[in-house]
Amino acid sequence: MPVRQTIVGISSPRELEDALRAAYYLADEELATAAYLALALGKPLLLEGAPGVGKTEAAKAIAGVLGRTLLRLQCYEGIDAAAALYEWNFPRQMLALRQQSDAAITLDIYRDEFLIERPMLACLRRPQETMLLIDEIDRSDHEFEAFLLEFLSDFQISIPERGTIRAYERPVVILTSNRTRELHEALRRRCVYHWIDYPTADREMRIIMMRASGVSERAARAVVTAVGRLRREPLAKLPGIAEAVEWAEAATLLNEQGARWPEAFKRSLGVVLKDEDDLVHIAPRIDAILNEAQA
Amino acid sequence: MTDATADATGPIAHFLRFTALLRGSGFAVAPEQTMAWLAAIELLGPRELGDIRRSARATLAPPPERFAEFDALFDAHFLGAIVPGLEGEPSDEEPMRAAEDSAIGPQPEFADETRESGAEATTAERLFARRFTPGDESEKLRRFARLLPRRVPLRRGYRWRSANAGLGTDTRRMFRDAMRQAGEFFRLRQRRRRLRQRRIVVLIDVSGSMKERTQAHLAFTHALVRAADSVEVFTMGTRLTRITRPLRLRNREQALATASLLVADWDGGTRIGDALDAYLAVPRFAALARGAALVVLSDGLERGDPSAMADAVARFARLCWRIIWLTPLAADPGFEARTAGMVAARPYLDRLADGGSIDSICANVLDLATENLGNEKAA
Repeated sequence: MPVRQTIVGISSPRELEDALRAAYYLADEELATAAYLALALGKPLLLEGAPGVGKTEAAKAIAGVLGRTLLRLQCYEGIDAAAALYEWNFPRQMLALRQQSDAAITLDIYRDEFLIERPMLACLRRPQETMLLIDEIDRSDHEFEAFLLEFLSDFQISIPERGTIRAYERPVVILTSNRTRELHEALRRRCVYHWIDYPTADREMRIIMMRASGVSERAARAVVTAVGRLRREPLAKLPGIAEAVEWAEAATLLNEQGARWPEAFKRSLGVVLKDEDDLVHIAPRIDAILNEAQA
Repeated sequence: MTDATADATGPIAHFLRFTALLRGSGFAVAPEQTMAWLAAIELLGPRELGDIRRSARATLAPPPERFAEFDALFDAHFLGAIVPGLEGEPSDEEPMRAAEDSAIGPQPEFADETRESGAEATTAERLFARRFTPGDESEKLRRFARLLPRRVPLRRGYRWRSANAGLGTDTRRMFRDAMRQAGEFFRLRQRRRRLRQRRIVVLIDVSGSMKERTQAHLAFTHALVRAADSVEVFTMGTRLTRITRPLRLRNREQALATASLLVADWDGGTRIGDALDAYLAVPRFAALARGAALVVLSDGLERGDPSAMADAVARFARLCWRIIWLTPLAADPGFEARTAGMVAARPYLDRLADGGSIDSICANVLDLATENLGNEKAA
């Protein structure tokens, strides 16, 4: 198994954790270990977790630490090769043909200049400078998943007009999934896996203090407690970390403009709960939750 | 594989025994994952047990809902902690097994009256074979089989094909033509996504409470298997049995008789949650449900733990494209999900409808592909 001992000077999970913190991402020990192993073993990293726990943020932070360009491929139902791999630039091909209509036989319209790179091809061609993020893979169809399986094991693709293109080094690939459906076992097997859970209250507070500007420690603690309570409610959309940060910021802003504390939280509730049913469900108990959080 | 790991000596043997233990407990661990884990341990030092545990979690990838179990096994193996249930204490309930229909070989003779008397009856399960006679529903089923091919649920394929009237121009093909025609475009070529049939998976409840209907259900699935390209049929009672293969026989009487020989748990108790778990525990069966339309023919009267049934249905909901649950109880217009199991499973179902007669089952299956079905889940 090919092993890279150090990656841009990082030779242990601990060091990666520190580097990520410098990139404003607080990773726990498990995530740092999984990410470090993925980089060192040259395997893709699969991050699963509920929406809003910071999967995409983690990928961005890792790209930042590695100093690589992030190529993001957002998956959706019906995603096809033209969106993921490459496409021919047909208008330019046509213009080129028209300009030299007599010499059409000698003109090669399948040259590089007519090829539009999509994220997966771009990553194969420049594996040292780029990092591929395949986001929300659970949204794609299972054909795309099967194709990805092939891509992730060989890191090569073939273009009928051009032949096979292969990465000269194993690229860094991160996949994320919201687990709305289960991924194929074979795909999980090829990856280093990490399940990102909602952060502990302590860690979430440090995230808020780091991410949000001008939020007092007391407000941050109240937000963390209240959000923790909300996550235990049967809501359609549970508040993620980004929502918690935004809530702390919004409430602080309202407070500076003169709103009193519990009131400031309550008025900015729309930042956390973005579903009418959830708001109705929580309305009778919101005062109790906020008072408890303030205490 | 297991033999080799047991024989291995040296420091890695202890780690290999752990992966063997995981496999024994129903975790899927591939050799490449074991290799990745060993490489990871070497890479990390390791300085403490936490490193080994974290690298095991990252490379062996246990599913999140089994983290606790995974950790318990890890503690047992590396720390010598005692795990309840690992000592092999005798359990009073036989674990659910999944039976395979390819093992049909030695007993092709059916229509044998003596089997009935030779049935073994145990306290927990009543296992005996049953004979089927074709019912009088033939005409309805023939009509169903005629209508089905045009109304099966479809999914878009990954590849495109050229078409006379499509959704977009097949530009790539036009350029290939143009190359041959001195750069001129003569014909507009179009393309569309290839459509394929979604697999339909049918689970038939053969427990005692559904006794009256199993025969009609089997006749229905026979028609379904014959009419659609991709169908899988399982029966569930106290165990789970795949009966797709015998149902492919053309002659209905023969197909049903062969299928009924395979099923050993007619009219026993109902352990729906366990049967669904047994289905999901076989990776190949679980793969059949991926992206499929799931049809469950059951009254949902669960004798086991209702939350286990809800958990299993939730897992199916993540695997399947749609789930419809057809219960004979819903023939009553005032029907509502009342049993604990059904109430807990209801949010994951796309439709809970009448399965009381062949007519209603056929109508519901023909409606699988209609659009409004997806909206019912929210209601």
